[in-house]
Parts: sequence; structure tokens; C-alpha cells
Amino acid sequence: MEPILQIKNLTHTYGVGTPFQRSAVEDMTFDVYQGEFLGIIGHTGSGKSTLIQHLNGLLKPTSGQVLLSGKDIWAEPKKIRDVRFRVGLVFQYPEYQLFEETVYKDIAFGPINMGKTGEELDRCIRESARLVGIRDDQLEKSPFELSGGQKRRVALAGVLAMEPEVLILDEPTAGLDPAGRENLMANIRDFHRNRHTTVILVSHSMDEIAQNVDRILVLKSAHVLMSGTPAEVFARADELMTAGLDVPQVTRIAMALKARGLDINPAVYTVDALEQELLALRKGGAAC
Amino acid sequence: MPTMIETSSLRFAYPADEGGQPVFALRGVDLKIEKGSFVVVLGHNGSGKSTLAKTFNAVLLPAGGKVYVEGMDTLDESLLLAIRQRVGMVFQNPDNQIVANVVEEDVAFAPENLGVPSEEIRQRVDNALKAVDMYEFVTHAPHLLSGGQKQRIAIAGVIAMEPDCIVLDEATAMLDPIGRQEVLSTIHRLNREKGITVILITHHMNEAEDADRVIVMDDGKVAMDGTPKEVFTQVDHLRAMGLTAPDTVDLLDRLRKDGLDVPLDALTVEECADAITRAVAGN
Repeated sequence: MEPILQIKNLTHTYGVGTPFQRSAVEDMTFDVYQGEFLGIIGHTGSGKSTLIQHLNGLLKPTSGQVLLSGKDIWAEPKKIRDVRFRVGLVFQYPEYQLFEETVYKDIAFGPINMGKTGEELDRCIRESARLVGIRDDQLEKSPFELSGGQKRRVALAGVLAMEPEVLILDEPTAGLDPAGRENLMANIRDFHRNRHTTVILVSHSMDEIAQNVDRILVLKSAHVLMSGTPAEVFARADELMTAGLDVPQVTRIAMALKARGLDINPAVYTVDALEQELLALRKGGAAC
Repeated sequence: MPTMIETSSLRFAYPADEGGQPVFALRGVDLKIEKGSFVVVLGHNGSGKSTLAKTFNAVLLPAGGKVYVEGMDTLDESLLLAIRQRVGMVFQNPDNQIVANVVEEDVAFAPENLGVPSEEIRQRVDNALKAVDMYEFVTHAPHLLSGGQKQRIAIAGVIAMEPDCIVLDEATAMLDPIGRQEVLSTIHRLNREKGITVILITHHMNEAEDADRVIVMDDGKVAMDGTPKEVFTQVDHLRAMGLTAPDTVDLLDRLRKDGLDVPLDALTVEECADAITRAVAGN
């Protein structure tokens, strides 16, 4: 797999020369591969938000580089806008950024700025609205008449309409109820599957990360603490908990079972997998 | 046990949009909440749980039926101040409820408005900040604190009013796991040590594990009401309302269907692991 984004020795220091000088990202190096679904987790202050704002050039590295398709995004600072079209960033609580008269116009804002017009523009607006479950009859409504969950979908559609190569989502489900969370994540999973777009999901919820991503990057105090598949990362559940992070409840049950002497793989993280482990164990036990 | 809050046939509707129908958020709620209890209210978005919470201190007034706070009718305007003194609210977004530039001034806001003498305000502010474990930040600027710390300041601001009841309306929804834990352990301690009635509105099932009582709202009515064990073991009923049982119960439910002899009501990770270990050893 080709890396689409390469982060090389990235450091970002806030308040240089003031008493508040602090590095939020320190010497981070990792690759993001074309088409992968990457999860980034880390507790508040671990550098997640600072990191993702570098990936589309909203922040400039204090030192180090961000390469998009092999090219330093700051090689030509005047062309940074193109990077922002190619790497779409959906902020936390994006519904607060809606501003247009109608849902249609709000979604159109990004693609119009990219220079899209006519049928092409109309197509990408309608397609992205459909992707997030906004009905055609809602397109002419004011976005402010919609519920909180629907507003968030509109904001997401606005970024999808730019058809970015990399989609970054910062806590997309924060504040939604369980059904709303699952719905939105299903939309994002479909989008990822159908378009083969690279998706980076930033979340506090280990359960959400565990159920969706191919690979997890764990951040701790401005550094990359771990990187691996969910199974690899949750196998180190002890370290995660020491880092002040949650592990999925299923992993905690598996660990507690192991502590009680059952032969369970402590890295399982879905109810399904743990159920299978336990059934296999019962069969094995019965055969003895 | 004396009653903290009582509702009878409580109804509420939000006014209609132009040409639309009014939205009925509460369709007849009858509840009695005991003094000193820790009650969690669950429900999906639009189930009426936040509307219900806002009627508890007369932020919203019943359109039909009644709400009584320690026997006081919230529709009686002359009792408004007394009611809001008894029941304090903490909202979702910590940044929307901090009013001052210094932590201690923020906490002093309510008692100042109540006309409490200044020496006593000093004492109340110090005690409230100690109660939420934020005393060391007394002269800090609130905007430099973390989300969990800000919510604890907001709770201190409520405690400084010396209320009998605190209602938290999704007050943990915007916090990270550590911040959420800070707030939860703070309110559990206030409930235990000061006997303050706590009503916690949340989407997070696991915040309900240690509650005395869980109320599930659906379509403006009380759909389920009982101890956490009674409520969470009704896996299918929860699912039908767009809620999910904790993973512990989900796992036990599946294992039972697989023919394993495990109870359904082992809610915590430790209880669940014990139950499974016993069942597997029994084979």
C-alpha cells in the first residue's frame, strides 16, 4: 500500500518564547495509507487536535514535514488551498458552522469555492446529501430548522461534497445518542467502502474506534504511543489504561476472565469474538 | 423517605413552527423521586428526557399536570426563587455556564444573587470548591481548565447555593473519559456524603451502573423504571427503543441463548467475569 500522507518528525510548539511554551506535538512520525480507515485516540491534551490541523495545512509545523502523495504540503505555501480541498477536515460540533439559507446552499459552499459549477456541482451536492441520509425534500429547508443530528449530517455533507482524498473526522459522534452514533458511523463506513477514500477518525470512544477502523494510532502527551490493528493495540490493554485511556468493555471482561484462570485471548474487543472464544472454550473443556 | 420531586400527569409541548404542529415532548409523566436518591434518566434523542429535567427547577413550566419540588408547585410564580434554590442544574456545555473570569467569582455568583452575607459567601465558595476537589484552582482563570474541571466548577457553583437536589442534563456528554470519571465520582460523593439528591440525564449506559434507580424515557413517557439490574436485563425492550444494553449483559444474553447457565443481571465487568467463570467451571 502507498502512503497518501507521510508525517515526518512533526513538532508543533505553542507560545514560543512565552511562559506558556508547550509542545502539543513532538517528533511524530507515521504514515497514513491510501484507502485505510485509521483511528486516532488519546485523551485530552495528547495532541490529537493539533496533529490533525497539520494534515490539511491549518497549522504550520514548528519543525518536520507533512507530505501529501509524496509532496511537502508547504513546498508552495500559496497552493495550500488545494491541500485543503484534497484533505477534508470535519471539526468537532460542525453543526455550529452552518450559515447558509438552505441546506443545499450550505453543502454547495465548499465545491463552489473549488470552482465546481452546473451539473457537476448539483451532482456532488445531491450525492453527498444522500450519503449522509439527508432527503431531497430537506435540501430546500433552512439548516437551522433541522435537529442537532441532522445539522451535523449537513455539515458532514458539506465536506464530502468536496470529494476529498482524505477525510478527517474529529469526534463526529460526540453528544449523539447510541442510535444516532451508530447511524452516522454506518454512513461513514459506507462512504469509506464505496469511495475507497482514506478516512481518519479521531475519537475518545475506544468502542467506536474498535468497531470501525483498520488501524489505531494511540497518542500520549504529544507522542505516538502505539500503532497497530485493534487486536494488536488492545492486547496491550494494561498500557492503555496506564495512559489514562479507556479500553472496550469487552476487553475488560476478557482480561477479568483471564485473571480468573480462563484461557481467553485478552485482545478480543467485540461481543461476537468473546462469545466465540467462550464457546470454543466450553467445547474444548467438554472434550477433555 | 420524603419526596424530593413529584410530577403528576406532566405534559409539555414546544410551540409549533409556522404552519406546523406543536411538538409534544412530554405526554403524561408520573414520577416520585425520593430525597437522597441517585437517579439516572436514559433515553434517545427526542425521548423527552432533557425536557423532563428542565421542568424540575421550573426552567420549563408544565403545559398540563404538575411538578412539585419538595411540595412546592412550580406553576406558583411566588415560589420560583425558592424552587431554583432547592434544585440546581448543570448543563451539557461547560463553556456556556461559566460567567466570571476567576474560579472563585464564578462559584460566588449564585450566593451573591441570593443576598448571602459576604463572610458566608467566602465560606460557601471554599466549601463548594473543596467538595468538588477544585480548591487549589480557586484563583485560576476558568478558560484554562479542562472540560471535566470546568464542569466541576459549574457543579461547585450549584453547590454554593446549598441545594437539596442537583440535576445534570447530559453534563458528561462533551467530556473525555477522564473528565467524565471526575464528574461522576464527584456527584456520587456529594450524594453519599451530603445526601444531595442527584438526577443524572445521560446517553451513557455505563453511568447508570451504580445508580439507585434508572428511568428510561421514550416518546415523552416513562418506558422503564427500576434498579439498574431490572432495567438493563430487558435487552430486547431496550433495543426496541434505540438503546443498547451494556456489553456485559449483551454477552450474557448471547451465552444464555447458546445454552450456558449464566445470570443476566451481572452488570459490572467483575460480576460478569465471575458469573462466566462459574458457568464454564460447572461444565
